[in-house]
Amino acid sequence: MLYREAGDFKTSYIEDNQTFPIAFDRYRYYAILAISFLILPFLVNDYFVNAILAPFLIYSIAAIGLNILTGYCGQVSLGTGGFMAVGAYSCYKLMTAFPDVSIVIHIIIAGGITAVIGAVFGLPSLRIKGFYLAVATLAAQFFLVWLFNRVSWFYNYSASGQINAPERTVFTIPVTGPNVEPWAMYMICLIFAFVSAVIARNLTRGALGRTWMAIRDMDIAAEIIGVNPLKAKLSAFAISSFFVGISGALFFAVYLGAAEAGDSFGIQKSFIVLFMIIIGGLGSIFGSFAGAALLVVLPVILKLIGADFLGWPTGLVAHIQLVIVGLLIILFLVLEPHGLAQLWRIAKEKLRLWPFPH
Amino acid sequence: MKKTLFAAIAATLVSGAAMADLVFPSLSYRTGPFAAGGIPFADGYADYFTLLNERDGGIGGVPIKVIECETAYNTEKGVECYEATKGEGSLVYQPLSTGITYQIIPKASADGIPVHSMGYGRTSATNGRVFEWVFNYPTNYWNGASIAVKHILDLNDNDISGKKITLLYFNGAYGKEPIPTLEALSEKHGFEFNTLAIDFPGQEQKSQWLQIRRDQPDYILFWGWGVMNQVAVQEAANIRYPMENFIGIWWSGAEIDVLPAGDGANGYKSLQFHNVGSDFPIFDDIEKYVVDTGKAAGAGDQIGTVLYNRGVYAAMLAAEAVRTAQDIHNTADITSAMMRDGMEALTMTPERMAELGLPNFGPTFQVTCENHGGEGLGAIAQWDASATKWALVTDFIAPDDEVIMPLIEADSMAYAEENNLDLRCN
Repeated sequence: MLYREAGDFKTSYIEDNQTFPIAFDRYRYYAILAISFLILPFLVNDYFVNAILAPFLIYSIAAIGLNILTGYCGQVSLGTGGFMAVGAYSCYKLMTAFPDVSIVIHIIIAGGITAVIGAVFGLPSLRIKGFYLAVATLAAQFFLVWLFNRVSWFYNYSASGQINAPERTVFTIPVTGPNVEPWAMYMICLIFAFVSAVIARNLTRGALGRTWMAIRDMDIAAEIIGVNPLKAKLSAFAISSFFVGISGALFFAVYLGAAEAGDSFGIQKSFIVLFMIIIGGLGSIFGSFAGAALLVVLPVILKLIGADFLGWPTGLVAHIQLVIVGLLIILFLVLEPHGLAQLWRIAKEKLRLWPFPH
Repeated sequence: MKKTLFAAIAATLVSGAAMADLVFPSLSYRTGPFAAGGIPFADGYADYFTLLNERDGGIGGVPIKVIECETAYNTEKGVECYEATKGEGSLVYQPLSTGITYQIIPKASADGIPVHSMGYGRTSATNGRVFEWVFNYPTNYWNGASIAVKHILDLNDNDISGKKITLLYFNGAYGKEPIPTLEALSEKHGFEFNTLAIDFPGQEQKSQWLQIRRDQPDYILFWGWGVMNQVAVQEAANIRYPMENFIGIWWSGAEIDVLPAGDGANGYKSLQFHNVGSDFPIFDDIEKYVVDTGKAAGAGDQIGTVLYNRGVYAAMLAAEAVRTAQDIHNTADITSAMMRDGMEALTMTPERMAELGLPNFGPTFQVTCENHGGEGLGAIAQWDASATKWALVTDFIAPDDEVIMPLIEADSMAYAEENNLDLRCN
């Protein structure tokens, strides 16, 4: 009954090609946008934003980035943490070198710088694939973190190697530094996540996205039908890194406020973003959000239930959490390799026929 | 679904808050590669407050509530813990992680909650004129570096020109802190200074120790934490490095760091800013009121170890600051702003330490508006493998302020300028 296209007539190609062709789905999407843009900013407090919403939105951008590369173009990458570090450190250098330029521009330029670095580290993908490419991107991860630890220019020669985000404003409202209002932090993350998702969704629907998917499904066949693998793979690396760079810049400047390459952008970061797209669903923008939501919210919920409700020792709760996240990854890989996005798709199919499935 | 989730979380938060206790958040880590150091500290911190509750009914008649939150030494979880606990009336944060300290210095300063990074964190926070809400008494890393060099000077009749000293450090904020001080000291005393970094988490140090075998430094200073301590001590024993020339910072000098290397670790030295062992009257009270009543934190097997003592010391200094604050403001139920005043007026005398059941446990020091770091004294402890005991082998040594003060001034002023802060205490 829900999600039905019956009676939903399209009279132009534009209408026929829209992202959400089913009217009900479209209204649901508008409703979610309205809630997140118009209602949530008035409800959020420090804890919701800092513990749940900001990390969820920022990880979503990173997951969208990695999903473009791994989910849509089929190139496995373990360098996400390193590329986030590129975004964070370029944002820091730009923030401190040009304090008068808007932070929004800095974040976008930081994404651009990461895109260039990502394309450079994407070059080996033209020759190697699969596990071997994963190892090459792993090298990028370790090299980049080492570089930011080693060369003091990147952290402005501070004694500890930490980078600290000074206060910057958008329309005179602070969005970085210690005096950020929770709604301002939420809004800047939300706007970047929203715009990133719209861009990514439309890229993957267009010609470029089709060449990526052709490469993913069978690169030799794709080459024979006229897809340029050089262009497709490098553009996937560049665009993916652009989003990852933006998320790294937000992660440092807006969310953490202070960061250190090895601690904040280590190999664990690469893995957690990879887990997000595996659990959420490879090759799905919705899946990027779902995976990020699960991996950000789940530990908080488990902590609240275990430590605050049941009063278990915090160490025990932390260990149980590791077990549950590990179990989830295994279960998803075995039972539903397409992740939460596939569950959502199945649910939609069912709802479409409900309550008369025959 | 999202809404029910929010409602559930909101319900938990509301039910947890609204109690007129003295709240001490304990941002601990009982998991991860640094748990070996995090567990005893967290146990000591919690046990001392339990003791005060059981024996004295809190501080000044107000009961104490410790909220523990697991960070796993991870800065993101640290932020989450900070946000989760700050609304509960938290009086002071002691995160036991330099990374998390850097994270919460600006946040806590904006929220008006003091941060006490005891022997870690941002060294230049010693300058109270810039850092209103941050304290790092009784000492800090730069003092530690200077005290270690002073000890080496003592051993060599005050002449170490031409000697080779290598700093082996955790490649992060914590390990990098002493480098500028050691560079300045190397210029002053004419020793040759080299650095060797160990990356997180530090279970693999073969290449660093190969480098040490090649360079043959006269002394090694070591800034390690967690699992990398055990590995480093073991590696030093393996290459038969003279252990008495291997000096760790206070975070690299617990029983757990040296026990795995067995006899090979004999003679290894570490800095300490408080005394070691369980030969103090307070431990009888802890035994009586905390352990025997079954209220000990964790597994209860850490009592009297170096890091447990440090947890007790941290809790004791916090409790003393509360007492000072209660005296200043004439109220038993203090806020975090009053707590700050108490910390700024804190004076530790030998008499007071003895009263608390901790005679000769720590150095005497006095915190002032300008100086949030105390006098910065530290002592050298040495490991006796046959007795499996640490023992202090020197008195508390004063650091070389002539070198450190200008560095602190420069770094804190840079922070003040970056953040447009006005100087205090005028």
